[in-house]
Amino acid sequence: MVFPEGLHLECGFHLAPVQIAYRTYGALSAARDNAIIVCHALTGDQYLADTQPLTGKPGWWSRMVGPGLPIDTDRFFVICMNVLGGCMGSTGPRSPRSGPGADGAEPWGTDFPPVTIRDMVRAQKLLVDRLGIHRLFAVVGGSMGGMQVLEWAATYPDMVFAAMPIATSPFHSAQNIAFNEVSRQAIFADPDWHGGRYWERDAVPARGLAVARMMAHITYLSEEALTRKFGRRVRRDPYGDNPLSLFGEMFEVESYLRHQGSSFVNRFDANSYLTITRAMDYFDLGTEHDGDLSRPFHGTRTRFCIVSFSSDWLFPTSQARMLARALNRAAANVSFVEIESDKGHDAFLLDEPDFDRTVRGFLSGAAEHARIG
Amino acid sequence: MRLDQRLIAEMIQPGTRVLDIGSGDGALLDYLFRTRGCDAQGIEIDMQEVTRSVAHGLPVMHGDADHDLAHYPRHAFDYVVLQRTLQAVERPREVLRQMLRIGRHAIVSFPNFGHWQLRLKLLTTGRMPMTAVWNTSWYETPNIHPCTILDFLMLCREEGYVVEEWMAVDEDGERAPWRRSIRLANLFGEQALFLLRRRNG
Repeated sequence: MVFPEGLHLECGFHLAPVQIAYRTYGALSAARDNAIIVCHALTGDQYLADTQPLTGKPGWWSRMVGPGLPIDTDRFFVICMNVLGGCMGSTGPRSPRSGPGADGAEPWGTDFPPVTIRDMVRAQKLLVDRLGIHRLFAVVGGSMGGMQVLEWAATYPDMVFAAMPIATSPFHSAQNIAFNEVSRQAIFADPDWHGGRYWERDAVPARGLAVARMMAHITYLSEEALTRKFGRRVRRDPYGDNPLSLFGEMFEVESYLRHQGSSFVNRFDANSYLTITRAMDYFDLGTEHDGDLSRPFHGTRTRFCIVSFSSDWLFPTSQARMLARALNRAAANVSFVEIESDKGHDAFLLDEPDFDRTVRGFLSGAAEHARIG
Repeated sequence: MRLDQRLIAEMIQPGTRVLDIGSGDGALLDYLFRTRGCDAQGIEIDMQEVTRSVAHGLPVMHGDADHDLAHYPRHAFDYVVLQRTLQAVERPREVLRQMLRIGRHAIVSFPNFGHWQLRLKLLTTGRMPMTAVWNTSWYETPNIHPCTILDFLMLCREEGYVVEEWMAVDEDGERAPWRRSIRLANLFGEQALFLLRRRNG
């Protein structure tokens, strides 16, 4: 959906037009009171519960969202939007440049204005308004999706009845900014990067983007998960003869990461990766409130359910607890659960029965309070 | 739901905001929401109970009485409930202070260490008493701060709390509660239930 009036970004730039690519699941009730927004993570997209067209794989949360599933599309109308700055149809660095002097053919590239998590949420609000929805039953999301959930609840408190920030944090930590910086440097170091104007040479900084993804992917897992999945198992290279050579044989974990890296390059744009990681780095709920994380939520009537995972070291439980306590200071209605899991940060995307029960239960309980369906 | 929980629920005005510390399986929260229309939230230390409660749609957060009350603002709740836990917290006096800071009322239940069976056992055997209520050895018990009903009353007096209501009940909470002589309650009551408020609150 295109919004010709565009959006005034936090950086001061007026971006117009703005396009938001989205998918919906289930049906909006006559009272328009059963809408749930699911916010995707850094490298996610709007293909929440149906086939991703580039990879041909099922949607990233198809195990969670669908008829009879914890986010039940028989009951709820679920909207998932590609974030502003993304590369799956919403306006981002790969979109044609707009404004004075633009020829409509050249993409934004690195000139795309820096966006924030709040800009992403305000762009989503454009679409929600256009759909004629005045009140969201819930906003749900993990990782960067969880940041958007918090921003929704802080920016539009009267619009959000229930909020479920999962595996996330009230601000991006120094460690996480550091990881993002390594990812960005890997992209910059690729000779095919060409200062961000790689499209001019028909090139893609594939090596750099793949290394960025490999490094980031390690942070989404855990030592236990890697050991369980791969251990020290070795895959023999059919062309290598020396078993102790540097390149001859490969640990399974290496080949797994290489696969993650190379398949990522096919579906993601490097400039989008830079834009979105930057947006995450900027995220800090306390920044306008002298570091007081509770102030954005004062007087909130939103019901919160914070979920963390015990082996998540990227967004550890300590940060979720910090968020829970900030919400306590705002006297908000808060549930806070740490799910026991050895799967690391990615646990929210994987099979965790306790987590499924938590999502289902929180939404059903909130629906009872909201007196819907 | 246990009878003592029902007695607690009867002390709570409908439609109020309640925090249940040590909400366990969430039975009281559920009852308060369904029958009294309260906005009832829980804090629970056992993560499995937290997960189970949230999966039943109840607002419960992981935390405990000693560490998590300080984060709430003054008078965030109308009632703050602490069931059968006061004797197991690290700093009971501080927990009570926090309860009456964040809540207009505090409802506290605890097992009475002044019960005649405990007195008799200590007197006759000379060893730490073990009863149906106090049923773990001294070296294993989580009950690190046992007190009698009179002890508790003394603390309330020192801290300037007004006892709005009190009663003694038996452990299973089956027989009718007793609210007459506090000295006799201290001898015959297995557990005590207090509704407190701050004197100038």
